[in-house]
Amino acid sequence: MSETIGILVNDLNFYYAGNLHAALKKINLTAYKSRVTALIGPSGCGKTTLLRCFNRMHDLYPNNRYEGEILFQNKNILKNGTDLINLRARIGMVFQKPTPFPMSIFDNIAYGLKLKGVTKRLDIAERVERALNHSALWGEVKDKLSTSAYDLSGGQQQRLCIARALATDPEILLFDEPTSALDPTATAHIEELVMKLKQEVTVLIVTHNMQQAARISDFTGFMMLGELIEFGTTDAIFTKPSQKLTNDYITGRFG
Amino acid sequence: MTREQRRKTEGFIALLLCTMAAFFGLFWLVYILGDVLYHGIEALTPSLFMSDPVPPGVEGGGLRNAFVGQILITVFAILIGVPVGVLGGTFLAEYARGRKIARLISVLSDIMVSVPSIVIGTFIYAIMVKPVGHFNGWAGAVALAVIMIPVVLRTTEDMLSLVPWTLREAAFALGAPYYKVIVQIVYRAAATGILTGILLSIARVAGETAPLLFTSFNNSFFSLNMQQSMASLTVTIFQYAMGPYHTWHVQAWAAAFTITLFILILTILGRLIIKWRYR
Repeated sequence: MSETIGILVNDLNFYYAGNLHAALKKINLTAYKSRVTALIGPSGCGKTTLLRCFNRMHDLYPNNRYEGEILFQNKNILKNGTDLINLRARIGMVFQKPTPFPMSIFDNIAYGLKLKGVTKRLDIAERVERALNHSALWGEVKDKLSTSAYDLSGGQQQRLCIARALATDPEILLFDEPTSALDPTATAHIEELVMKLKQEVTVLIVTHNMQQAARISDFTGFMMLGELIEFGTTDAIFTKPSQKLTNDYITGRFG
Repeated sequence: MTREQRRKTEGFIALLLCTMAAFFGLFWLVYILGDVLYHGIEALTPSLFMSDPVPPGVEGGGLRNAFVGQILITVFAILIGVPVGVLGGTFLAEYARGRKIARLISVLSDIMVSVPSIVIGTFIYAIMVKPVGHFNGWAGAVALAVIMIPVVLRTTEDMLSLVPWTLREAAFALGAPYYKVIVQIVYRAAATGILTGILLSIARVAGETAPLLFTSFNNSFFSLNMQQSMASLTVTIFQYAMGPYHTWHVQAWAAAFTITLFILILTILGRLIIKWRYR
């Protein structure tokens, strides 16, 4: 199978402020275009830390430090002088807990569009509808677009956040344990959605649920103590892992 | 006495003391409010708001000058104090978050909140009255603003700090610059809290007398000139209540009633907003 590279990590080290020990050590990983790449591993292994490197979320807090490269469209996004606003507009993120903004459902989705400079109301309305359709929420909210996003259920709020991230047509979507705060039905909804989304965007998803990784991802990386222990197709990782640690983790011997 | 009896007796005594203390406090509060209400309502007439003071002995007259002066001074105090307070609080909670300077300003504002208002009055007197040689409305507005600022600043800081970081991160992740995150997301999330803080700070300064005594002082005539001394309700109450004329006393009651009502309404509004927010 021939794959196109979506984003490529090259010898990445990451240090949290004031910490001499690297939180991420020599990470090398490729997320392919139109594929779902899952990051699994025990708590504290650095999978969320890695995910937050892709949209430079760590830069919100002072003195965090990167070494190495993350190549996105042939540019190293870790380079000084990278326009973070532009970068984040192209690499969307969905968080662990739903994070609706304190405004109406419509305005939540329109927010990113307005940031991008879309001003025509018809344009905005059309793209809001498309994003909501995409995240399978349109049918449930089309009659109450002007009500507060806080009135939605947790699962709906999470799909709203996905729609919000989708509205600006990002090339990559980062999911940080998007279902850990949701019930099984809502989780199934989101999983279905993620699998559908990969036709248009490259998806990276952090999950501590191995079954979830097995169900929805094409590639899987197993991380431990800040290192990427093994990376390969999801099939290979779950059926014939080459590393003993990987095998121990997926068979539930620790974690 | 058995242990059980003793425990019950002790409990009863504690309950009794607390109840008595509560009723003692409540008694005076109700007494004062009732007294103001009783004397105040009696003295409320349309001419109180419509006409200016007349010399003692002449029939009629009102406190239009004091009402207008109070409104002017308070409005300008709000215009100065609220932006400074809100922006300062934003600096502390957002831009200087976690830095020593933020902690320092926070602690200093807490001290400022409890500085006696007469100290602020004399301070403004020294920098805004003495140099120009006469009392003026601006000095009054600034004095009240200085009292408002730490209150607004601290509430704003606290309310902004309560907004979860994940909400800011979500906005950043969409590519929003920091000032837009603050204005469009964080302010919106903390709006009711900040508004409540502003209302309560207005209620706090509306009843201040001491700082105005040293700054805007008083004026028996109707005046819209902030460069000159200006009448205010609180100073008028102070002057009229101490004066020898019965008509003055009656008008002082009416003024006291109006200002108490105003503060009461502001406070209740503030509480209602909190309640509505956290329902």
